[in-house]
Amino acid sequence: MNALILTAVFGVIMMFSSFMLKSKAAIRGLAVAGVAIVLIANILEMSGTVFFKIDTKGMIGFDRFALLFNTIVFVCTLVYFLLSAKDIEKVGINYSEYFSLIFFVLCGITLSSSFRSLLMLFLGIEIISIPLYILTGSDKRNLKSNEASLKYFLLGAFSTGLMLMGIAMIYGATGTFSTMVETKEAPTSALFISGMLLLMFSMAFKVSAAPFHFWTPDVYDGAPTVFTSFMATIVKVGAFIAFIRLFGDEFGNSQPQWQLLIALITAITLFIGNITAVFQQSVKRMLAYSSISQAGFIMLSIYAMNQDAKEGLLLYTAAYCLATIGIFAVLIKLKDYSFDGFNAFAKQQPLLAALTTIFLLSLAGIPLTAGFLSKFYMLKAAAATGKYLWLVIFAVLMAVVSVYYYFRVIQAMYFKDGDGQAIEVSPAFKLTLTLVAALIILLGIFPNLIINWLYF
Amino acid sequence: MIPVFLLVIPLATGLGAFFFKDGKTVRAWALFSSLITLTGSIVGLTIFKDASYQEFHASWISSINTSFSVKLDGMGQILCLLTAVSFPLVFLSTWNSVYKKPNSFFGLMLLMQVGLMGVFLAMDALLFYFFWELALIPAYFLCSQWGGEQRIAVTFKFFIYTFTGSILMLVAIIYIYLQTPDHSFDITAFYNSAANGRAESWLFWMMFVAFAIKMPIWPLHTWQPDTYEQSPTAVTMILSGVMVKMGVLGMIRWLIPVLHISFYQWGDTVTTLAVTGMLYASLIAIQQDDLKRLVAYSSIAHIGLMCASLFAETHSGMQGVMIQMFNHGINIIGLWIVIELIERQFGTRKISQLGGLAQRSPAMAILLVVVALANIGLPLTNGFIGEFLMFNGIFASTVTKYYVVFTVLAGITIILAAVYTLNMIRKVFYGETNILTAPGYSLRFNETAALAIIVVLVFVIGVYPKLFLDITRETSEFILQKADVRTIFNK
Repeated sequence: MNALILTAVFGVIMMFSSFMLKSKAAIRGLAVAGVAIVLIANILEMSGTVFFKIDTKGMIGFDRFALLFNTIVFVCTLVYFLLSAKDIEKVGINYSEYFSLIFFVLCGITLSSSFRSLLMLFLGIEIISIPLYILTGSDKRNLKSNEASLKYFLLGAFSTGLMLMGIAMIYGATGTFSTMVETKEAPTSALFISGMLLLMFSMAFKVSAAPFHFWTPDVYDGAPTVFTSFMATIVKVGAFIAFIRLFGDEFGNSQPQWQLLIALITAITLFIGNITAVFQQSVKRMLAYSSISQAGFIMLSIYAMNQDAKEGLLLYTAAYCLATIGIFAVLIKLKDYSFDGFNAFAKQQPLLAALTTIFLLSLAGIPLTAGFLSKFYMLKAAAATGKYLWLVIFAVLMAVVSVYYYFRVIQAMYFKDGDGQAIEVSPAFKLTLTLVAALIILLGIFPNLIINWLYF
Repeated sequence: MIPVFLLVIPLATGLGAFFFKDGKTVRAWALFSSLITLTGSIVGLTIFKDASYQEFHASWISSINTSFSVKLDGMGQILCLLTAVSFPLVFLSTWNSVYKKPNSFFGLMLLMQVGLMGVFLAMDALLFYFFWELALIPAYFLCSQWGGEQRIAVTFKFFIYTFTGSILMLVAIIYIYLQTPDHSFDITAFYNSAANGRAESWLFWMMFVAFAIKMPIWPLHTWQPDTYEQSPTAVTMILSGVMVKMGVLGMIRWLIPVLHISFYQWGDTVTTLAVTGMLYASLIAIQQDDLKRLVAYSSIAHIGLMCASLFAETHSGMQGVMIQMFNHGINIIGLWIVIELIERQFGTRKISQLGGLAQRSPAMAILLVVVALANIGLPLTNGFIGEFLMFNGIFASTVTKYYVVFTVLAGITIILAAVYTLNMIRKVFYGETNILTAPGYSLRFNETAALAIIVVLVFVIGVYPKLFLDITRETSEFILQKADVRTIFNK
């Protein structure tokens, strides 16, 4: 509850700061402080200190899973601000409004991680989506940005329609919006099943799972790169938490009905994301497809829907967000986004190249990085269901494919000849990036640092 | 504590090596570090034999029952000794090679040593997988950065190949883990995992592929000749001498005792693959004009014999594999040292362009001939001991009906090995000298020393193999007892 209120408050504060604060450094400082405060308030709530006691009539519930997830999201946002807040300046003139929108997105994520009612789910998803349409189009003079924004808005509105329709059907079938109904038998009426399918499709759209992923590459490519970084990581996992909540709580009993379908969606997502990423020439677009393929891996947690899956989702959130934010932070500094743009980067910036290598290794799932253990937990969760061995094998084979495009960047940085792009980075940026890499390795050795919080 | 020592020394010195500025210092630093590791390994074999020194346990991710447990059993002793011996030999023999960015080169080499040691020591499946991959990453960077012209593509092929195998192994590990009685990654829990027929075959093949790629077994060998050819020779020595043993060890420790029913069930299939590969690789080796590729194919043939012998499930065969793992590592490093010298001195590896080297550099010729004869398996050399035990094992096998066929076909490759090895010696060292080889080459001290150590080891093991066989006897018996399917039917 702390985080929900505070993110909304800071969203408003940031709006006012656009005319109250003159210097950009002050706005930036306020934003960073805001996330830090939200983060601390959220951690305090985990240990029982609740600032705001509001009776939500059981529509929202902050359990440990939701709180821990929010903590990870806020840490990632803090990292994102520290690394890339300066680059948001280059997008346009409405500097503080961008931060304001980001805070509203965080508010939406907080809501969608803790809803107990389908209405709250709808609110949460919409609060996430609407600021994103604006952020995507924030580079106003760029046609590609405009196109991306319009495309995202139209398709997003369509999926919202599906979601509302689904919610209405579920309400018709069960007579309640609450997701916490304790029924032994899952309803099998056509109304309920079609409502469930509609919700599944609209959630699959939000997490860009195939075959609902077509908006993703264009939107990620068209949006200003700093916002792509935010959308591909924090927003995506925010949608995932809603997905796992929805299917764990509301449709937990009807797992036999949806499990095969989710397994198929997972397989298709993995296949399309990875295979298409192989053919990309631009690192930014590659990362867009990589986010689809990583989404495929996270889908395994929804398919499995057991305790392992929840632990895995938390770990995956941290590993995936930190690594991707790190790579994007470096990418933003470059002028040439193609693979060749990374040629001889190691000569020009040995430290940044080494750190980027760690991020890429983590995304590829090489041991000693958090990426490996998160993939491991996902596979373990999927294996523990005792069904569909083919899905697990298919997933790891796709992980091998992913090595191809991640290692292309490493090859370019270290083994290809060239001059390397000259970029300027501050010591603080290097320090933050080093800390992120250290955190990834630390989580890759001691995942308990996160998982234990779920229980103690 | 010995296992921890063997891991920490190369890890610390390897990370430290990155901070050196001067190429010569870092070279000495690497040699020094590898000598300390060697001392540790020998001390573990001789002085601190007590079991309490040979293992170490620490809790790791307790929520999924995995722990940092490392232990030196007989096989671990042999392979750690091989690793510990190989690195000083490699550093010593390539002392005069000049690398760009030497600090990264030696740092990565030492980190690779950590990975290799870890694989040989790990007694926890997840830890094993960790080290398995960690050995691969430095190898990838070493080959891609310091290799030949096509290094990037070739190394990438190698990486994708092994990564595919290892990640399939990961799936198998997870499934076996879920079938263990108390959900644990510990090796004893794995040995007690509930076997279940149909799934087990799947698990068997997933793990087998991982190990077969590493060894490599035909038809999964295609990465190997290219990688050996393109890698810098120092790395090739480690890849062929030590890294392939990861696959053999994986099979002995993690496959045979865990999935013994499938091991029995698929034995003939695998042996057929191995024997086919031996014949195929030997025939190709005869055709090779490039020294590096010749040795690469000869290595496939030798490894194939180890695989066939493992699946014979006999004590003699198992012991033969154990000692041959060490022998093969030592011998092949000897061959690479000479090839490296020839290439550096004469600028070519083509057999057809060389000739008459023995007239000008007799010392090199003598040392090489000894190693080459050991490679063929002539009596008095270490190769003979290993191969004799293995052939004996295959012939005495009770688990296959086709033991005669396998022995005969595998035996043919010994003749073929003599053909290509002696042919190579004849063409390179004897006959007329030509313009290229007329200046000859006199060995430097460090090169003589490295080769001399190898030759001494060749003869010591060849004459008194008991020294090594005693170390591994217990492990061999234990593995065979676990692998015996009859114990299950009797239960």
